[in-house]
Amino acid sequence: MRSKNSALIYIFLLAGTIITIGPFIWMFLTSVKTYNEAIKTPPTLFPEIFQWVNYKIIMEKFPFGILYFNTFLVVAMVVAGQLVISSMAGYAFARLRFPGRNVIFMIVLGLLMIPGQIFLIPHYKIMVGLKITNTLIALAIPGLFNVFGVFLLRQVFLTIPKELDEAAIVDGCGYFRIYSLIMLPLAKSGMVSLAILTSLWTWKNLMWPLIVNRSLTKMTLSAGLAFLIGEHTTYYEQVMAGGIISVLPVIILFLFFQRHIVEGIAVSGIKG
Amino acid sequence: MINQKTTAMGQKETMAGFLFLLPLLIGLSIFYFYAFFQNIFISFTDMSSFGKPAYIGLENYKRLLTDPKFWRSLKTTFKYVAVSVPAVMVLGTLVAFFLQKARKWSSFFRTAMFLPAVTMPAAIGLLWRWLYNYEFGLINIIFSQLDIARIAWLSEPALVVYSISIVLIWSMVSTQMIILLAGLQNIPTMYYEAAEIDGASPFQSFFKITLPLLSPTLFFVTIISVINIFQIFDFIFLMIQPTALAMRYAMSLVYYFYDRAFIVFDKGYAASLSMVLFVIILLITIIQFVFQKKWVHYN
Repeated sequence: MRSKNSALIYIFLLAGTIITIGPFIWMFLTSVKTYNEAIKTPPTLFPEIFQWVNYKIIMEKFPFGILYFNTFLVVAMVVAGQLVISSMAGYAFARLRFPGRNVIFMIVLGLLMIPGQIFLIPHYKIMVGLKITNTLIALAIPGLFNVFGVFLLRQVFLTIPKELDEAAIVDGCGYFRIYSLIMLPLAKSGMVSLAILTSLWTWKNLMWPLIVNRSLTKMTLSAGLAFLIGEHTTYYEQVMAGGIISVLPVIILFLFFQRHIVEGIAVSGIKG
Repeated sequence: MINQKTTAMGQKETMAGFLFLLPLLIGLSIFYFYAFFQNIFISFTDMSSFGKPAYIGLENYKRLLTDPKFWRSLKTTFKYVAVSVPAVMVLGTLVAFFLQKARKWSSFFRTAMFLPAVTMPAAIGLLWRWLYNYEFGLINIIFSQLDIARIAWLSEPALVVYSISIVLIWSMVSTQMIILLAGLQNIPTMYYEAAEIDGASPFQSFFKITLPLLSPTLFFVTIISVINIFQIFDFIFLMIQPTALAMRYAMSLVYYFYDRAFIVFDKGYAASLSMVLFVIILLITIIQFVFQKKWVHYN
């Protein structure tokens, strides 16, 4: 009885795994085939002629280098800005007592209820007003202020024992030194989770870059790749090579940071 | 003396509190509060790319009521939610449940099935367009080998919502199963042990123990999934040509908003669409909170 059940479990999980990673493997196999073999019916599973040249061709046709560089810069700006702003606010909400604190916190939390599309036209108008459309800065600015990050770090700061700041105040420590020398080091794992989730979100964001920037060389990879779909869809083996180029680095990073990503998502339940 | 000292300290603390909040509050006031009210204001104007916007009262909202494209996109959006949310919930729960039961290889399966969650939508769109390709796509090739007729996944009007939902479900299960797995791991094992001693079958313990104790997590995941799927845009944008006939049948409310605001630059009208989106999401969430009493058990 028990072994029959466990066989069922493994059959289900194996089927799930095949459905999930099968398409990625098919993407790779197509990307190393010749054009004629890629569209052959019935298809070959493994390429008869194995060739890397599709990667070279698509990298010449499409500015992956620039798009990766842009993505890296935008992610770095958003993560750095958000960590500073959210940790300062999280510290104030969790550790300092001042009139109006709870009311302000409730109002800030209420913003989580509003779908992001509400803000897109005004954000676009602000960027036009600042004359920074079609720049990388414009991609980063709205992402700097993240209510979720404030909430997450407030929760982390709440778990730190109160005696620590009391002792520091007795020793004559100012609030800024308590924040930077005592609180931040103790909140490291929360900060890492927030940094990773923010990177992932910025990495995947599609609509905002499409709205605020026009030229391909000012896009993040996520939005830039949408141009690739529009332009070169005939040569599937090349497009799939482009797909692998934009998927593989993150998969490798993910394998390194898996624990943090999984924990962060489990704790937050943020949209993936 | 002591009182003076504590008030002085209190003032210092109040000062510090507001100084620490300052960067956030400045950002939120501009990019959220001001933006929110500006969006409401824009929805009462005829703003487009050209000329000064004029105040036109409720005209945009009146136009909405008689716009067949709006109604169709709203209906289509509800279709996406109705198809995808139950599928994501059932599959996510099953995967999480089996992952927890598996003694060996559990972390391998989890890692493999999590991959779509770290893949950008554009790459998923590329990949699935290739799989769905009418002539050379893997799915139709497998079908023709099995003597099933080929299917025009992304151009058949009656099908296109389901084809996109499949991609959406495929990519969303991976995130939601992680949250559900964390929920499962929080259920104390003593409940299962007690049930086993009482002779409960695995089915009984799943329906009588697992599901009720998991219900707060299930509720949370449902709320998140409904909100996310209600805002579906990426896969529609990435997989259907804007001019294709299929777009009429695939278009969601957010896609229609994007199209009005940033393709045809009818910003005033688009703003009114986004306000409707906001109100509907708010209502659905409130309704879910009301109905949670019927099925969510908190210890």
